[in-house]
Amino acid sequence: MTSLASTPVLVQRRVLNALFQTLCGICAVIAIAVLGYVLWFLFRQGITYFKPSFFTRLPDNVNPVLGGIKHSILGSVNILGIALSISIPIGILSGVYQAEANGKLCQVVRFLTDVLNGIPSIVIGLFIYAIWILPYAQKHPGQGYSGIAGGAALGIMMIPLVMRTTDEMLHLVPQSLWDASLALGTPRWRTMLFVVLPSARNGIVTGVMLALARVAGETAPLLFTVLGNEFLGPITGPVDALPLRLYKYATSSDPVQNAMAWSTALTLILIILILSILARFLTRAGKRS
Amino acid sequence: MQTTPCVTVQNVSFWYGSNQALFDVNMTIPQHAVTAFIGPSGCGKSTFLRCLNRMNDRIDGAKMTGTIKLNDQDIRDRSVSVEALRRTVGMVFQKPVPFPMSIYDNVAFGPRTHQLARGRALDELVEKCLIDAALWDEVKDKLKSSAMALSGGQQQRLCIARTLSVSPDVILMDEPCSALDPNSTHRIEELITRLKNQYTVIIVTHNLQQAKRISDMTGFFLRGELVEFGSSETVFGTPARKETDDYINGRFG
Repeated sequence: MTSLASTPVLVQRRVLNALFQTLCGICAVIAIAVLGYVLWFLFRQGITYFKPSFFTRLPDNVNPVLGGIKHSILGSVNILGIALSISIPIGILSGVYQAEANGKLCQVVRFLTDVLNGIPSIVIGLFIYAIWILPYAQKHPGQGYSGIAGGAALGIMMIPLVMRTTDEMLHLVPQSLWDASLALGTPRWRTMLFVVLPSARNGIVTGVMLALARVAGETAPLLFTVLGNEFLGPITGPVDALPLRLYKYATSSDPVQNAMAWSTALTLILIILILSILARFLTRAGKRS
Repeated sequence: MQTTPCVTVQNVSFWYGSNQALFDVNMTIPQHAVTAFIGPSGCGKSTFLRCLNRMNDRIDGAKMTGTIKLNDQDIRDRSVSVEALRRTVGMVFQKPVPFPMSIYDNVAFGPRTHQLARGRALDELVEKCLIDAALWDEVKDKLKSSAMALSGGQQQRLCIARTLSVSPDVILMDEPCSALDPNSTHRIEELITRLKNQYTVIIVTHNLQQAKRISDMTGFFLRGELVEFGSSETVFGTPARKETDDYINGRFG
């Protein structure tokens, strides 16, 4: 009969197991601790001016304490809205194309997507500046910068991210679901639209949210496109955005405005958080029905 | 039993790339009867089943020769639309795959695709299919809830209801009970027996007792060849070939 007593090999296994378990635990704690510290620090610094009047006022350079970031919030929301309306249709449709089409062109598109993904954001800002704002300013002196251009820049940045997620999420949909729909005599496009895409929806929405969160904090592409503004302006002209306001406040010579930079950062983080929660909520509600 | 031919198969061979999966299969499947295909794993019975509604079309490197006729029409003819063919030849799979939508929408999906009914008529059609699939009583109060919440056996009956919804002539079943418990299996078997009054049922099964219980005709596949095809009574009672006898008596496979 085999002995039930511990053998050296088993003891060694147990020690190794305990060692790696501890190591994984420590690493997880470190990762979360860093994130927690950032958030906590941000909260502590930002809470000073985080009050209703801060969100309803414009910057006041004479009396900074009375200033706010109303126009920056509105600007950011509008710019991100434009970015979403550009990147969602293009990103998802091209993601569908990549998941479905096979062949040379598809490989080329996939490669170019990766290249696009790797382009520094400032270059995309410059690109919009060169092909859009500069030519426009030459015809209409003093004009050109606009919130729409900024939305386009962020939208371009989001496209490869949305495309990739869509592609990956569609590949996770089991073949059996395709078969079940096709076996009913459903054409491929209808299967994709009503069966496959809905079952990949949660993953795609999460991917879109991550992409949105990533571009929401981008400053560089906005410098060349929306310029920034001390006042509330129409989206067709120079507007302000949270990252630009953060930068302006942080580099201001006024200590009150420096502190307000933290509150701006806190606002930015909270907006992203709210959007993420909203997206989660929406997809879950959709799943229940 | 009626013996009007429904599906006529002549000299069908099939390849996955250079790998031949079916060798010169010939058979005539009668209408309004249950025909079962048995055989060990990898014998080609599922491949053959998937030829009947051209589900193999999409597989890279797959090639088929020979002819399959459905009511005297070649299913691979240029004039045949694969969507119309699959509507006529429905399929139920091994694992129940409900669509990620409500129970109602699952059954209504096919009729909506083919624009068979809408509004009140669609409601009635959905109800009729669920009744025919013996699921109505269990789900009539929760038609709007997700199909994913049903049990495995219920999901499989939902898939059968979904198949019935586009009024097919032939229903192909690829081991429809292999993922189910005995009770659910029993209910599906009863269902199949009832379905043959209106439909031609062709079923692949690993369960020999099941084939014996429910089928009128049985085909035994071995290594891509149709070894024996005839009435279930003959195939299970007095098989003509030694291989069949060995298989159904558990001497191999």
